Amino acid sequence: MKARVHVMLKDGVLDPQGEAVRHALGTLGFAGVDCVRQGKVIELDLAEADAAKAAALVKDMCERLLANTVIESYQIEIV
Amino acid sequence: MHAGVVVFPGSNCDRDLTVAFERAGVQVSMVWHKESELPQGLDIIGIPGGFSFGDYLRCGAIAAQSPICRAVVDHANRGGFVIGVCNGFQILCETGLLPGILMRNAGLKFVCKTVELTVASANCVFTSGYRKGQIVRYPVAHHDGNYTADANLISRLNGEDRVAFRYGDNPNGSSDDIAGVLSQNRRVLGVMPHPERAVDLAHGGDNGSSLFKSLASVLENA
Repeated sequence: MKARVHVMLKDGVLDPQGEAVRHALGTLGFAGVDCVRQGKVIELDLAEADAAKAAALVKDMCERLLANTVIESYQIEIV
Repeated sequence: MHAGVVVFPGSNCDRDLTVAFERAGVQVSMVWHKESELPQGLDIIGIPGGFSFGDYLRCGAIAAQSPICRAVVDHANRGGFVIGVCNGFQILCETGLLPGILMRNAGLKFVCKTVELTVASANCVFTSGYRKGQIVRYPVAHHDGNYTADANLISRLNGEDRVAFRYGDNPNGSSDDIAGVLSQNRRVLGVMPHPERAVDLAHGGDNGSSLFKSLASVLENA
């Protein structure tokens, strides 16, 4: 079973890298980009075959390592 | 007095921290990250600066899950003393021993220079050799030193006198100019600037010596 985890900074947390990307897009002439937020995608190949169990397992991974929930939120996709 | 300095792959201030402790008369054991137990009888553990595990995932995140860090957390939870400098501060935040997190510098640039800090609290073993309000000069060298905490946490840290150091001219966008933070029991310090790189006049200044000396004298008599 494969899982994909999307890790993003929570709303309200300043994202200096996203802001730099937004600025660079403006420099390239892309007008009207109001906000850029940059995150991570983590793909996992799991031995677990049961989707519900896999989702629970990945949630535990997110809480303990993959995301820092002080500033980051995560979304789990079982694919 | 006996200190342990933890070494991770990618640590690069482990020897500097060891020398700083030794100059203050402290015996030091260096401890490899794969060890699951600390040497017996340690009075304090130092988590050095560097780029542990290449800063993969998030700065300090992988190191915080290493076997030795479980022992460090147990040591702290038993009331043991811990100091984390730079990457060590990031690791302590990732273990949850210190609140908040260090994010990418607001200016997005690696900052490497000597900065002025104000000793915001002299009420802990680390800063008791300074006066509250004293200005000290330590070098900084980091890309992810932007201490980030929400308004509630900032007011709690201030209310509990847990900000140890503040930047004069904030180099990285840290919330409330915070450069160093104490745990609730005041025995765990995380500090982004490097006191261990300011213990010899040949370093360009020796303002960091007082930190190690006061630590040594207080813990020696404890």
